[in-house]
Formats: sequence, structure tokens, C-alpha cells
Amino acid sequence: MNTPPLIRGFEVVIGLETHAQLSTRSKIFSGASTQFGAAPNTQACAVDLALPGTLPVLNRGAVERAIRFGLAVQAKVAPLSIFARKNYFYPDLPKGYQISQYEIPVVQGGHVDIRVGEQTKRVRLTRAHLEEDAGKSLHEDYAGQTGIDLNRAGTPLLEIVTEPDMRSSAEAVEYAKALHALVVWLGVCDGNMQEGSFRCDANVSVRRPGGPLGTRREVKNLNSFRFLQQAIDFEVQWQIDRIEDGLAIEQATVLFDPDTGQTRAMRSKEDAHDYRYFPDPDLPPLVIAPDWVERVRAKMPELPGAMAERFQRNDGLPAYDAAMMTQSLAFARAYETLRDGSGQPKLAANWLMGEVSKRLNAEARDIADLPVPLQALAVLIRRVVDGTVSNNGARQVFDALWSGEGSEVDALIDAKGLKQMNDAGALEAIVDEVLAANAKSVDEYRAGKDKAFNALVGQVMKASNGKANPTQASELLKRKLG
Amino acid sequence: MSAAWQDLGVAPLARALQQGQVSSVEVTQHLLTRLAAHSQLGAFLATDPELSLAQARAADARRAAGQAHVLTGVPIAHKDIFVTRALPSTAGSKMLAGYASPFDATVVARLGEGEGAGMVMLGKLNCDEFAMGSDNENSAFGPVRNPWDLQRVPGGSSGGSAAAVAARLVPAATGTDTGGSIRQPASFCGVTGIKPTYGVCSRYGMVAFASSLDQAGPMARSAEDCALLLSAMAGFDPRDATSAERPAPDYHAQMLAPREGAAAGKPLQGLRIGLPKEFFPQALAGDVERAVRAALAELEKLGATLVDVSLPRTELSIPVYYIIAPAEASSNLSRFDGVKFGHRAKDYGDLRSLYERTRAEGFGPEVKRRIMIGTYVLSHGYYDAYYLQAQKLRRMIADDFQACFRHCDLIAGPVAPTVAWKLGAQQDDPVKAYLADIFTLPASLAGLPGMSVPAGFGEAGLPVGLQLIGNYFDEGRLLHAAHALQQATDFHLRAPAA
Repeated sequence: MNTPPLIRGFEVVIGLETHAQLSTRSKIFSGASTQFGAAPNTQACAVDLALPGTLPVLNRGAVERAIRFGLAVQAKVAPLSIFARKNYFYPDLPKGYQISQYEIPVVQGGHVDIRVGEQTKRVRLTRAHLEEDAGKSLHEDYAGQTGIDLNRAGTPLLEIVTEPDMRSSAEAVEYAKALHALVVWLGVCDGNMQEGSFRCDANVSVRRPGGPLGTRREVKNLNSFRFLQQAIDFEVQWQIDRIEDGLAIEQATVLFDPDTGQTRAMRSKEDAHDYRYFPDPDLPPLVIAPDWVERVRAKMPELPGAMAERFQRNDGLPAYDAAMMTQSLAFARAYETLRDGSGQPKLAANWLMGEVSKRLNAEARDIADLPVPLQALAVLIRRVVDGTVSNNGARQVFDALWSGEGSEVDALIDAKGLKQMNDAGALEAIVDEVLAANAKSVDEYRAGKDKAFNALVGQVMKASNGKANPTQASELLKRKLG
Repeated sequence: MSAAWQDLGVAPLARALQQGQVSSVEVTQHLLTRLAAHSQLGAFLATDPELSLAQARAADARRAAGQAHVLTGVPIAHKDIFVTRALPSTAGSKMLAGYASPFDATVVARLGEGEGAGMVMLGKLNCDEFAMGSDNENSAFGPVRNPWDLQRVPGGSSGGSAAAVAARLVPAATGTDTGGSIRQPASFCGVTGIKPTYGVCSRYGMVAFASSLDQAGPMARSAEDCALLLSAMAGFDPRDATSAERPAPDYHAQMLAPREGAAAGKPLQGLRIGLPKEFFPQALAGDVERAVRAALAELEKLGATLVDVSLPRTELSIPVYYIIAPAEASSNLSRFDGVKFGHRAKDYGDLRSLYERTRAEGFGPEVKRRIMIGTYVLSHGYYDAYYLQAQKLRRMIADDFQACFRHCDLIAGPVAPTVAWKLGAQQDDPVKAYLADIFTLPASLAGLPGMSVPAGFGEAGLPVGLQLIGNYFDEGRLLHAAHALQQATDFHLRAPAA
């Protein structure tokens, strides 16, 4: 175990609460659609509006996703859990209470493993519970009034709570990324952070190493990994400043302002709500029988950790490559297709980590939107292996595939004249020509200057218009230079 | 002849309609005229004669087409705690004055047009605000008068329902019962009412008071009427997660089915009726006790055996109920905040004042009292001592009933300790009014079915009800016993003067 990194002599302690919006089509307690981006209040039905006489009915799809998550993090799926009412008044909370789980959540315990440098660190989960989202208050554009959009009211959320196991903003971000990848992998959340489908609250405190836990402040609603990092970094410095000034940290809920990079207090402990939690009498206890859990388990996809292990074991990939290939389910599927199509696991991984990722990142695209058919890329890898085209040439073919110039690899190689010269006689003629025309380099090489050899290879390539196979050219040159 | 239509209950009227002796339009028109002439009772909060007549015409057409349900064309009115599309739904509160619901309550839909039984809606009936009260004096729209004595209350919270049925303004009404709100007004007004097992009738479309206790039920002239109505009202509703996932039985058939081994004249042969000693305390009014004992003697004559049982936590049911029901109510009524629907204060500054003024203006004193009690008992530091403790006792009260049912098939006793009191008599002392719920609260807390059956008359000729309580989903047995009693007595047929 590494000693945790200290900041100005303080140890940082972080726990995260993450709200993952579950990918159900309808809301957690009503039949209204959860589709993002509709005109305000067009996706709020009588139940969402809390009209008199309406009642909540639990969406089993949301429960199924919670079970799936619980199994993936090796948590206990509670055979009986309870929905409770969290009571408070706010205009975007139509019932005057939020239905959540309080004392007995559906997912209990579990863990998420993250990579810290070369090591694996285990972040323990306290719980994950089902709850409904509130609506949105729109404070702009209404001339001093507040607009209420209840489309989001009743959207299913899984709130995933960790133990205070993280020791730096970097670890917190690693955890958040791993969790994000996992929920998307499992298909329980679309992971769209701009639309608020995945947002984090960070509980941050600092302490002298070995000392008791410090008082924590909770930074609310961080919807990007960058903001998460910035908010924690600011909080840590702010808290240390205060302690060094001899001031106490008071428990508080704070907001992060991305424009200033600072946090500011929203409410202190004194004006904390008394939410008057009590079991919701409209909803019977959620009973999850073992056979329901087993049905969900049977439909579970292979998890990223297990899949990465398989890629190392069966495909001979290095650990790093295997981890990269399992960064998302779509990525892993792409790798498997490319591997099978090319018969070259390592080269398939190299292409995906190299050219493919580079271009995807440059265009901010997802692997799912890859414009190059994976079968074509597999053919291209085979052409590199069989010497038809050089790596350099292959990159040009890849560019052409990407830009839609063509879709047939062999046709593109021909059209671009990238076919390597594999005719030994023709190559020998060129080599002879080059040797004759570059006596100076030949002499230098013989005098022991390795650089001169590279110059000769370059001349061969140039003379062949790049079609010579560099390996063959080198071998031939060496032989001739004896 | 038409003067007599009002005297027919649901079952005889259904037979008259079926035999073509009268049309739904005729009966509806007759009753509309009659209820307009009896507006001094304060029973109705909303009517729409055109709408009722249109429904009656549709019912007659349905019957002519041979597609009638047994209840098609029979008029009914709904407690204003049920939301309806066609008429405003107020829950007896200024908060919802004029509120137009975009949907019908499940119970209303099942009884009404289209997919429903085809009953004709005569209007919406007055009730205590959000069903909180036991004399209907907590309605924001004025009190209801007891047709047996206009200076007396009809009971509550389903006071409008009981008064309208008793006064022959309508043969049937829906009611809701949270702690006795069907049984107690039925007793005070001399009508028959049944609160089924919790979960038998859907709560969807009932403005919620206390969700774990609220239950709909019919109020009518007889057990047979109630059996017909309940058969149409009951059954699983996918929109209510607490509704029982079992098919609605034919309660009328269950009511008529003879007991095994019962002889002629002894239809209740072998039926064991438990009398909890706690239901006959010193404080029970003499006239009520006499009427109840006489009815019990009648049941004995019909073959039933009376056995002594005990419900030792009967008195505790009062504090238990007055913790749990207000706790749930305080949360259920949070949605009335002036933001989305219902009353909104005219003058307000910030958000807080919008809430405070809206709720101060919109709710009556009893509702505010219960919201405050409920908020208190759920507060941090009090929850364990009050709410949790009450929940534990609630389970024990339910267990006590199960212990009784090992020795008896039904439990019997009075519905209320007294007959109907005078208007205004309990307005200054809410606790006194709470204490009068003592005999109805235990079955409510346990979720058991309970009935009020007219058992005779007490002081000043006022009706007295006999309460019958059955085990879970044993409505058929309850109705059977009540029907047997009504075959041997005529209390349920007697009508107040005029």
C-alpha cells in the first residue's frame, strides 16, 4: 500500500455520491417518457405533476438495472428494500417530497477497482439506491420569475455512494471514470454527462496524517470529470488555508462555479433541512426474489475486468493494451472484430490505440461512430503483415478509408500506387543503381558510419517511389555491402 | 307512483329497470328534482343535471341494446374525495375549490359510463376537508345536516354520502374510510356501509389523506345494495401499487350463498361472532348499547353463536391512529403549495410567503392541526418515539385481531359510542372528537373489512349502527351476516320524515 500523497502536509479524504440516470424509457413511477430535450412540461404526466389522486407505481426496469449494477460491483442485492419519502418544499418538486430509499437501499456494499499509477486500488461502495429526480427550475428568461420544467421529474436515478476511500482528486476522477465506464458498459445508464445523466457530489475533507477525519464539505452536482478535479482541488486548498489560519471547517453544502473555478457555500449545517423521512405508504416494500436476481445475472454482459484478463490470456495482449481494449463495451467489440478479421491481436490493438483513437479523439467521435468498416481495417492489417503495403502506406490507405475515398483496401492500395515492390529482381536493380550513384555514402558506411546506411535505405525507397519493402531493401543492401 | 322511486334501494331499482317498470331517465329526473328540493341538507357540492340526464339516456340505450350491467342506469353520487372529469373535485377544501381533474378515479370509472357499470352520476357529495373529521363540520363548503334531525351532524367524513342516501336523494353513494369515515356516518344516518379490506378498492383518484389507511367503499340502503356496488368497485388496479392482486369476487353471490349446514330460519347456524369486551365499556351510551345488544340477540336467533373475545389495545388505537394518519397526511398534503394547481394566495412576496399564505388560506383548522401533528411526529428526534412506536403498536393491534379470529368468524360491536351529536357540539374539543373514533380505528389500523348495519334507534329516535368486522378479504361473510340480519329486521328500510 502506498502512503497517500500529502498536500501541504495534509491528507485528503474524498467520498463520492454519484447520480446515474437509469436508461429506462419511462419514468421510475409513471409511464411518461424520459427522453431528453423535449419542450418543457410535455413529458410530465398526471403522476409527475402530482395531481390529486395520483399514485406512484414502480418501474421494474429501473429495479432490474439496479440489480445489474449490484451484481457488477459484487454488492448484496437486498431481498427487501424500502422506498421512503424525503419531504421538503421546492417548486420543482411536485409532490413536496422525493421518493428515495433511505434506511434500506436496494444495493448494499460492493466495490469498484481503479488504477492508481501502476497499482490497483479498491474503492468500497456503501450503497446504491433508487430514487426519482426532481424537475428543473429555470431562473433565466422569465423576467424575475422562475420557470418550472417537470419533464425531468420522476426520471429514475441510481445514487451510488462510496466510502471515504479516495485520497486525491486524481483518484476521485479515476473512480468516477471507472464508474462511468461501468454503468455505460452495463447498459444501465447512457453516461451522457452534458445532459446530466451522470453527475457527482464530492464529500471532501482534509486531516493531518494519522489524525481523526476532518469535517467534510459536500460539493454538489459536478457534471464533468474536469469540474470534479477542479472543485476538489479548490476545496482542498480552501480547507487547508482555513485550518492554517486557525479557523474551523464547518459542515456545509457547496456549489462549484466552473467560471471562477471556486466553490461557494449553498447552505450550512444550521439551515440543513429536516427531511422527515418515512416509508412511503403508497409503495409496498421492494421484494427481489432470488430468481429475479438470477434472471438478471444470466443476462449480464462479461465485465470489463474479466474481459481484459481474457485478452491477456488468450490473445497475449499486454495488461495496458487489454485495459485499453476494454475501456468501453463498444471498444472491446471493435477490438474483437478487428482481431478476428486480421488474425493479429497485437496489431489490432495497436491500430485501435494508435491511428483509430487519434482520429476519433481529434474529431471527438465515439468508436461506435467509426467511419471505417472494421472488416476493411482487418484487410489492411493483413496487407501490412503480408508485405503488400508498408506501415506508411497503410496509414495513407486508412486516411482514404476514413475520408470515404474508397472502401476496398486492395483497390485503394493499387490506386495510390502503394503496393510494395516484392519483385526481388527489380529491387536488386534499384539497389545496384543506388550503390553506384552514392559512392560517398558507401564509403562512409564502410568506414563505420551507421547513419550512412540509413541514407542508402532512404535512397532506395526514394528511387522505388516508396514501393520498396524497407526490410527487404535493408537486407539486400547489407548483403551487397558485405 | 313516481313518488316512490326514491324509496327503492339499488337492488330493487336495478330490478325495476331490468323489468322495464321505469327508465333511468325517469328515475334520474325524479331524484334531480328531489335533491334540488333538499339543498338545505348541504349534502351535494356539485351537480350537473344535463350531464346526469345524458348519462341516464346512455344507460337506457345500453339496456335497450342488451348490454346492461346489473347496475346500469341506477343513480349514484360520489364523495368529493374522488376526482371526476365531469364535475369539480374539491375534497371539501378551499384549496381545491373548482379544481378540474383531467381523469376519473378508478372507482368512479368502474361504476360509470363506457367500460364501467353504467351508473348515472347525480353529483359530488360534501365531506370533511380532505376526509379529516367525524361530523362533516370541517368542510370548507358548509356542514351537512342529518336527515333524522336537522340540528344534528350526519357523521363524517363521508357525511354527505350518508345524509344523501338516508334522505332518499340517491340510492347509493361512494364513501371513503380512513379511521371510520364510512362506518360512523352510516351509523349516524341509518344506512348500510362497508369499508372493505385495505387494497380491495383502488385508491387511484382518491385525494389522499392517509395512504396506508384510506379505503373506498359503498354506502347504500342494504347489505345487498352494498354487495352489488362493491362487486363493481373492487379489483386490482395496476395504477395503485397497494391494490390487492386478486380478482374481484361476486360479493352478491357470496352474500346469497347459504352457509353449509344452515337450516331454514337459521341462516347463520354455526357462525361465531366475537364480542370484544373493550367494545362495551362503561362510557358506551346506554341507548347505543341497547340497540347493539338487541341486534346481537337477533343474530343469535338466526343461528349465530356469540363468544367473548378481547382486543386489549383498543384504547391505544386512538393515539396510534392520530400519529400515523397525520404523519402520512402531512406529507400527502405537501403538494398543495400554490405552484401547480389549486388555491394560490393573491399577495405574496418570495417563495416562502407564497407557500405560507397559500397554505394558511387554503387549509381549514383541522387540516392544519393534523399537518402540524404529522410534521412533529416525523421530525428528527421524535420519529422513533412517535412514528416508529405507533407502527409497532399497529402491528400488535393487527395481531390481536388474528388472535380473536382463532375463536370467532366475525367480530361485532357498536360503530360509535353515541348517536349523532348536535351541530357544533364538538368543534371546540378536537380530542373529544378523536376519542369517539375508538371502535372504528382498530379495524382501520389492521386493514380489516368493517361494516355498519342499521341496528335500531336510540335517543331522540336517532339511528344506531352495528359494526361487523371480518378477517382479511372476508367481505362475503360480512355481507352474508348483514343480509341475514336485514332479512329479519326492517331498520334499514326506515326513512326519516320527509
